[in-house]
Amino acid sequence: MTLKSMLIGCLVMFAVTYVTKAAGLLLVRKKITNKYIQSFLYYIPYSVLAVMVFPGILFSTASLWSGIAGTAVALILSYFKRGLLVVSVASIAAVFIVEQLINFIA
Amino acid sequence: MKFTNGLKDGLPIALGYISVAFAYAISAINAGFPFWFPILVSVTNFTGTGQFAGTNLIAAGAGILELITTMLVINIRYTLMSVSLSQKMGGGFPLWQRALLSFGVTDENYAVAIRSPKKLTFGYLTGLMCCSFCGWVGGTALGAALGDVLPRSLMSALGIALFAMFVAIIIPAARDDKKVLLLVAMSTAASCLFYFTPVLNRLSDGWVIIICSVVCTAIVAFLFPKKENGTDAGGGQNAGDAGGNAPPEGDSAEEVQK
Repeated sequence: MTLKSMLIGCLVMFAVTYVTKAAGLLLVRKKITNKYIQSFLYYIPYSVLAVMVFPGILFSTASLWSGIAGTAVALILSYFKRGLLVVSVASIAAVFIVEQLINFIA
Repeated sequence: MKFTNGLKDGLPIALGYISVAFAYAISAINAGFPFWFPILVSVTNFTGTGQFAGTNLIAAGAGILELITTMLVINIRYTLMSVSLSQKMGGGFPLWQRALLSFGVTDENYAVAIRSPKKLTFGYLTGLMCCSFCGWVGGTALGAALGDVLPRSLMSALGIALFAMFVAIIIPAARDDKKVLLLVAMSTAASCLFYFTPVLNRLSDGWVIIICSVVCTAIVAFLFPKKENGTDAGGGQNAGDAGGNAPPEGDSAEEVQK
């Protein structure tokens, strides 16, 4: 890797990323009135997030069991509408504890 | 909805970002890059998956065309989010503010901004994005400077942070709205289909996210459109007369729900 290839690479990454991010904000500034497109845009975040979370969350930690534990804690706490930070920290703690237990037993 | 509200809402994101960015920096250093490179990429790109993939490609000496294509496929979901965010923001944002805020569109910032019950302001959004950006760049700098210092168990536990945050966004909404619940169930099923099926799982994450979310959302939006004020517009009975592109969507609906 030369300095030139790194700088050009970084520039290309920046350009493509920024264009994809800015396209909607800069080009679609008017209120969309079509009710189907409106509904689509209302629903899309939940779908995108669900696709990104499942099943990846189960495999996001060192072992499947800690992944399951963290997922369960996140599901239960968010069902009872706890805040983002609480859910996140509790889930991290659950993973950590389960992995310590696994290490202890093994 | 001031700058400080944004900072506060950005805190859980920053927390999750520190660990992801930390891991990114370490992988870049291990691939042979000097310590400033991952930091430069984090400062200019501010995107997770795209940075990992792009950095690996540069390390492998890939061509510019390959780099552009890969980045485009992974990041095209941002355009969807950007359109959706633009609608939520409404008028009142001059072009320069939009150009600036565009940089801060990430999965997490978008997810938090879009679920905000109040009207979005420039102050709130910059607070949110500044906070998470600091976590992102800070995490990268720490990883680049310190290397593999955090215990493996802690890194592993932090790996779930952002996923858990997303769960906290979708589950309450799914609990309150049956249509969102249906959408989440369909999207999860579709995602699992692509994750576990032998040939389909070779498709990159970028494509999987776009295909699954667009198809599932189109089906739900088509069956249960919302009116301007957010209430239902009558549901399935008027579904038949609206869409020339209904058949392919109908087919995939059956696929997904199997």
